[in-house]
Amino acid sequence: MSYEEILTRYEPVIGLETHVELGTRTKMFCGCKTDFGAEPNTQVCPVCLALPGALPVANRAGIEATIRIGLALNCDIAEWCRMARKNYFYPDMPKNFQTSQYDEPLCTDGYVDVTVDGKEYRIGIERVHLEEDTGKTLHVGGATGRIHGATESLVDYNRAGIPLVEIVTKPVPGLGELAPEVAKAYVAELRDIIRSLGVSDVRMEQGSLRCDVNTSLNRPGEEWGTRTETKNVNSLRSVERAVRSEIIRQSGILDEGGKIFQETRHFQETTGDTRPGRSKETATDYRYFPEPDLVPIAPDPAWVAELRAGLPERPSAKRARLRLEWGMSELDMQSAANAGAVELIEETIAAGASPAGARKWWLGELARRANEQSIDLAEVGATPAQVAALQKLVDEGKLNDKLARAVLEGVVAGEGDPAAVMAARGLEVVNDTGALTAAVDEAIAANPDIAAKIRDGKVAAAGALVGAVMKTTRGQADAKAVRDLILARLGA
Amino acid sequence: MSDLTRMSAADLSKLITAKQVSAVEVATAHLDRIAAVDDRVHAFLHVDREGALEAAAAVDRGEITGPLAGVPIAVKDVVTTKGIPTTAASKILEGWKPPYDATIVERLKKAGMPILGKTNMDEFAMGSSTEYSAYGPTNNPWDLGRIPGGSGGGSAAAIAAYEAPLAIGTDTGGSIRQPGAVTGTVGAKPTYGGTSRYGLIAFSSSLDTPGPCARTVEDTALLHAVIAGHDPRDSTSINQAVPDVVRAAQIGKNGDLSGVKLGVVKEFTGDGSEPGVSAAFKESLEALVKLGAEVVEVSCPHFQYALPAYYLIAPSECSSNLARFDGVRYGLREGDDGNRSLEEVMSLTREAGFGPEVKRRIIIGTYALSSGYYDAYYGQAQKVRTLITRDFQSAFEKVDVLVSPTTPFVAFPFGSRTSDPYQMYLADLFTIPTNLYGGPAISVPCGLSEGLPVGFQIMAPTMADDRMYRVAAALESAVGTLTPPAL
Repeated sequence: MSYEEILTRYEPVIGLETHVELGTRTKMFCGCKTDFGAEPNTQVCPVCLALPGALPVANRAGIEATIRIGLALNCDIAEWCRMARKNYFYPDMPKNFQTSQYDEPLCTDGYVDVTVDGKEYRIGIERVHLEEDTGKTLHVGGATGRIHGATESLVDYNRAGIPLVEIVTKPVPGLGELAPEVAKAYVAELRDIIRSLGVSDVRMEQGSLRCDVNTSLNRPGEEWGTRTETKNVNSLRSVERAVRSEIIRQSGILDEGGKIFQETRHFQETTGDTRPGRSKETATDYRYFPEPDLVPIAPDPAWVAELRAGLPERPSAKRARLRLEWGMSELDMQSAANAGAVELIEETIAAGASPAGARKWWLGELARRANEQSIDLAEVGATPAQVAALQKLVDEGKLNDKLARAVLEGVVAGEGDPAAVMAARGLEVVNDTGALTAAVDEAIAANPDIAAKIRDGKVAAAGALVGAVMKTTRGQADAKAVRDLILARLGA
Repeated sequence: MSDLTRMSAADLSKLITAKQVSAVEVATAHLDRIAAVDDRVHAFLHVDREGALEAAAAVDRGEITGPLAGVPIAVKDVVTTKGIPTTAASKILEGWKPPYDATIVERLKKAGMPILGKTNMDEFAMGSSTEYSAYGPTNNPWDLGRIPGGSGGGSAAAIAAYEAPLAIGTDTGGSIRQPGAVTGTVGAKPTYGGTSRYGLIAFSSSLDTPGPCARTVEDTALLHAVIAGHDPRDSTSINQAVPDVVRAAQIGKNGDLSGVKLGVVKEFTGDGSEPGVSAAFKESLEALVKLGAEVVEVSCPHFQYALPAYYLIAPSECSSNLARFDGVRYGLREGDDGNRSLEEVMSLTREAGFGPEVKRRIIIGTYALSSGYYDAYYGQAQKVRTLITRDFQSAFEKVDVLVSPTTPFVAFPFGSRTSDPYQMYLADLFTIPTNLYGGPAISVPCGLSEGLPVGFQIMAPTMADDRMYRVAAALESAVGTLTPPAL
């Protein structure tokens, strides 16, 4: 049974819960650092270890970031709200309750517009709330790395207390077979918006953006079905695959007259399907109540207005504007966005490069290198200013394409700015007409047959002589200049 | 043995400042007194002789000066002291040495006050008799067969037995005031947020308030001034100037209360108290009238719901606050034999580590917060809390302070109320409304009933702690302080 066929008989409703780890310098309720990858349990204190007597104090930067996210998602900002305690026992949570928000979220009732296949979809945002992250548990001694069979469990509390923002969509019906694509587009848009705010590095692979996908199916005209929640969805592609696989799985059960149970499932990256979750996540009574250790959050309306005024241009609007300015195709713009190249190209243009030149380097040679090393384009080793300088050397005729690539290699290797690399490696185009004329004459003398053909008007044969000249000048000559010179010398 | 242990903190301070006596001599006198009597009183869970003498020596070297420099103090064992065992009188924290000082302990150290040791209490401050300490009860210096009040019975008894001139207590439902009342000492619960909770092992976060205990009102005020004030590490700490409680106590000492309106809480008179308690309260009231105070009867109709509301709010918060004691990071760990699951180890640890009253309150609180019961219990209790706050606010439109007996009965014999929790809870009947409101209150000795001390409670509006000190000092000047029989 094909996916398309299933969607003729069932209508999916999706919903997404996204957790974003904020990039605040310190944790949400204490002054500990939040650096990624530090030695275990070196970024901890009495507060985030929940030692007896320790008390939380809210980090203003975390509240500000949450409000800015809420504003960017067109939400209402609460005039007064409280943190709440979510009570459950788990060793990676030092207090055995998570400081979160319950029925008084900081931001409510917003939306995000996303475009799929040229059509716009509005995704409603139910709420955006602030909470804290847990520590990380490591189970050692077992074969699987899971708690089952492990001989020891180690807990690293460095992550405990890092601010998290949870963004919950309203249920989204009516997407039909496009549900997986819209889900993916939503997460991508959310990622871009949050990145543009500068409040998180939103890296799905590092876990700073995590996604849970809710999916249900119903037959046309019937009530919405029971939803399942799929966790462990850790890439944009996985978002799409998780929705698709849940639609297929649930339809199989419904087709046979079975029932869908509300449960937590885990997405399997290798197989692309979902598996039932551990019993831990089955319905728990969290005994929420307002956190008495923290005063209510009552953002000053003037402050909220100031934050609203300071919001950056919406990424989708900005892309549309830049696409026109740069004369790029929609496809190119899309790949620039996916590669995280839009800002880099923008800065390169600002540094003096032409849109075409900037795009060429970032989406070509540099994107290829980033891909090869599985790193972000921004970390590839070249700055927008360097790329602009490189393109300038090309435009001035000092470098040809091949030489420019060699210079870029030096830049990426940390040898300095393009001009310095060009000088140090001796890569400048040979412009000295005397030397070039000598090389051309030498090539003509060495290849009398070809020279004769050219004299006879077979201009296309010049290519062979150009190749010979380029060889003797070790590629440092401008190929067009060489060709012109050959034709001139041979009177063709 | 030494007269030094009988002196007030104010007098000790004067002698130390004038170098007529050294801080080391003062500390030694008290440490010796502890060594002599504490096997009978059992006010202390831990004595830090070395640390106290070291701190006293620093004062003698002139490194620290100030109003209470060199005056020793006892600290309730629910407040963290760096490197000194802090157990909250629970098995679950046996031997735990905190890596940090509570803010109020930092302030004591900064003021040059040697810390003699940690005082006994009901486990996690839950109780009114110290009978729920995991390390055995404290005995009332007035009658060693009777309770010293609770939860802060150790702090109150230490002062009453002249083992310390000053002590730190914490008051969630009366844990400073009721022990003060039944040991014939003074105990003040400052405005909630007026003293930092950072480093106070939480029982009920929205109610817990650290405060001073002493034998005189002036001493209580002096200690209050040392520990009070804004603390950025406690989000609920009030960022305002501390009311001048020392000056208020000095003014009150003159014995003039002209123009002061005292509100007698109608609901707290009548037959709720033992006859001897009512009689001592009435006599004190008359003494205050003689000093110029005007007495007005005030009705606080919702105070009758304070006890049930408290026994939903406090256990609810405690069920969450005490969740961290799971054997994973510190304290007791039970049953970790390599075969048991984490959940089993957590359960065994909590089963073995918590005493009966703590378990009772965790269970009550867990139930009250459960889905489906929240609105009926926790939610309803919060509404009652609001109504009680309004009762206070409207009362303070008519009067300057409210007065009542501190507790309905004098020190009772051990074992007489442990079988019926409700009988025990009644000890806090008059003290609990203030905690729900958040205002300050003080208990001052006001006479004896059947040879045992009776406490007089003065309640003031939030951040008007000075008002209660003025009235308390005036009362003290009229009725005098109480001296227990020799041990």
